[in-house]
Amino acid sequence: MEFLYSLFSFLYQFGDAFAFLVLSACGLAVIFGMMGVINLAHGEFILCGAYVSTSVTHMGVPLPLAILAGSVAAGIAGMIVEVAVIRPLYKRPLDTIVATWGISMIVTQGTLIVLGTTMAGSGTPFGSFSIGNYSYSVYRVVLMIMALVTLAALWLMFTKTRFGILARATIQVPHVAEALGVNTNLVYSMTFGLGAALAGLAGGLYAPTMTLVPTMGSSFMVEAFVTVVVGGADIFLGTAPAAVVLGFIKATLTSWQGQLAGQIGMLIAVIIVIRILPRGISGKILKERA
Amino acid sequence: MQKNLTGAISALATLLSFAGPLAAQDVEPIKLGVLEDQSGDFALATIGKVHGIELATKEINDAGGIAGRPIELVTYDTQSDNTRYQEFMRRVLQRDKVDVVFAGFSSASREAYRPIVNQFDGLAFYNNQYEGGVCDANMIVTGAVPEQQFSTLLPYMMETYGKKVYTIAADYNFGQISAEWVRNIVAENGGEMVGEEFIPLGVSQFSQTIQNIQAAKPDFVVTLLVGTAQSSYYEQAGAANVDLPMASSVNVGQGYEHKRFTPPSLKDMYATVNYVEEIDTPESKAFVEKFHAMFPDEPYINQEAENSYAAVYLFKEMVEKAGGSTELADLRATLADGNLCYDAPEGEMCIDPKSQHTSHTIYLAHVKEDHAIEFPTKWDAIQPYWLGDVGCDLTQNDPSAQYTPSNLPSAD
Repeated sequence: MEFLYSLFSFLYQFGDAFAFLVLSACGLAVIFGMMGVINLAHGEFILCGAYVSTSVTHMGVPLPLAILAGSVAAGIAGMIVEVAVIRPLYKRPLDTIVATWGISMIVTQGTLIVLGTTMAGSGTPFGSFSIGNYSYSVYRVVLMIMALVTLAALWLMFTKTRFGILARATIQVPHVAEALGVNTNLVYSMTFGLGAALAGLAGGLYAPTMTLVPTMGSSFMVEAFVTVVVGGADIFLGTAPAAVVLGFIKATLTSWQGQLAGQIGMLIAVIIVIRILPRGISGKILKERA
Repeated sequence: MQKNLTGAISALATLLSFAGPLAAQDVEPIKLGVLEDQSGDFALATIGKVHGIELATKEINDAGGIAGRPIELVTYDTQSDNTRYQEFMRRVLQRDKVDVVFAGFSSASREAYRPIVNQFDGLAFYNNQYEGGVCDANMIVTGAVPEQQFSTLLPYMMETYGKKVYTIAADYNFGQISAEWVRNIVAENGGEMVGEEFIPLGVSQFSQTIQNIQAAKPDFVVTLLVGTAQSSYYEQAGAANVDLPMASSVNVGQGYEHKRFTPPSLKDMYATVNYVEEIDTPESKAFVEKFHAMFPDEPYINQEAENSYAAVYLFKEMVEKAGGSTELADLRATLADGNLCYDAPEGEMCIDPKSQHTSHTIYLAHVKEDHAIEFPTKWDAIQPYWLGDVGCDLTQNDPSAQYTPSNLPSAD
């Protein structure tokens, strides 16, 4: 029995780390992994999702709808940013770093000035359950399920829908897609908006468990970039396996030696992976397939 | 990566500069430099400090200034970034030529700027509670220190809840040295440390930490968490139903977590504070009223805001006692008899000449289930005695060093 308790506790911790990595990285995997835009404002889309969903919760809207609202708001913000700032810079990837970094600073400081230093949280719903000596938060299990649901939904969207096929075509060979009558500009903004909406979803989902401050996006950034870099360009062959590997390393080391060891272990794993697999896990898989 | 990112972000961020109202008369103003984090991870706890200084400055200027000279504030936003402290400390001392600087929230930033204050032989007030031990003639500390916060808090907690203690602390000099204090005081009182974990700044996910705590089965948890990211611990521990009493020297009194999180996640948090806005004395109520009259949107008046406010008055007292001089030697001479005091909103504060730290009224704040605060007990006029006891005497010599329980001054 004791063994089963420990096994469950490890699975819970692993699932928790996995969910955090997947949800923080999904949006970036679309924008950075697929589209190749190094988006340093990723954290601010998360912030947007968190703030909007919490404000909507405070108005009395149920949490799932509020999270959806946060995600939609971040998606719309993403499309506006794409049209206004990113579009002229697709051929200048280094310039997008500076541009998105600027957006990130403007949003963080703007939020501080307009909305103040903090926003009251909405509280974590669903309570807790106990197994053996430990008690666990139910909501964190919901987060794990949501990470899997998000991955499944993205897979369906990119393989089974017309939008997904157009998006992949546009990103792979834009001029051919355009020649075949695809409105590539629209597809680019929709894809960027999707990435931003996924970031907003992460923000909305994690908002009830976190302190809401203008700088909160930055605490997702390391995990998001690390997962996408390890995973490579493909969300399903990249982000998901990367989150499994990194989540396992992080959960094991954190339970053994604490948070510091978990962080160090995760970053060392990244250094090793990008040394051996410069194009990430998915680059390796796709190359072998080809 | 995150460090570089915020560092670089800060580098480009806007400089906020605020100049206090200049009085009409021709007398040269007394320049007071203010270096506090008005953006970044610490802003939540420190914007109130700037407002405390602005409030005191306005009151003093309206009443005729310091020895007839108005105060002029030279304010920079240090952006929760240690290198900004060094840059702006050089700037206020060298270019702006201020008479005194009020600077710093985190202990890392204080240790970053302190050598620069030494180099220019300036005077800096550090208006923040910290891990104690700075023995430096160029520094005056108005915040509370471990002998004021932990020697009161831990025996109370051990008597009330039991002797098994688990510490989670921010992983930098403040958390490490404070945790050493906790270890020593727990051992002195016959308790046992059942666990200790140091959390890197910026970490916001605590599932595993929560489980490690549950595995160790402590009677209470000492939380020494710093910055807004780390305060997510309370919400997550509450959601996992950890339900252990907590004790802290920084939380509630600094980051007002009881106001930010939904009840009952901070239930049975005990913090030793020298001030929080809930203190129910006429002096405190009058202070809160004045504060809100000038800053109606202030979310919370924490102990560091009160320290900063009181520090302006303590500085005024020093200058006036020194006959209007702002020379460091003249100002320090006014401390010699130990009677440099100010009736602060918390009660009387006096600067100890040996350590240049401040005596405090320490209140035990207990967060109830609905997040209301009660004060089960308070301790009057607790002296910052530790530095003097271990041999720091700034009236005799100035080592400009920081001591800890495991790093004491040498006997000679």
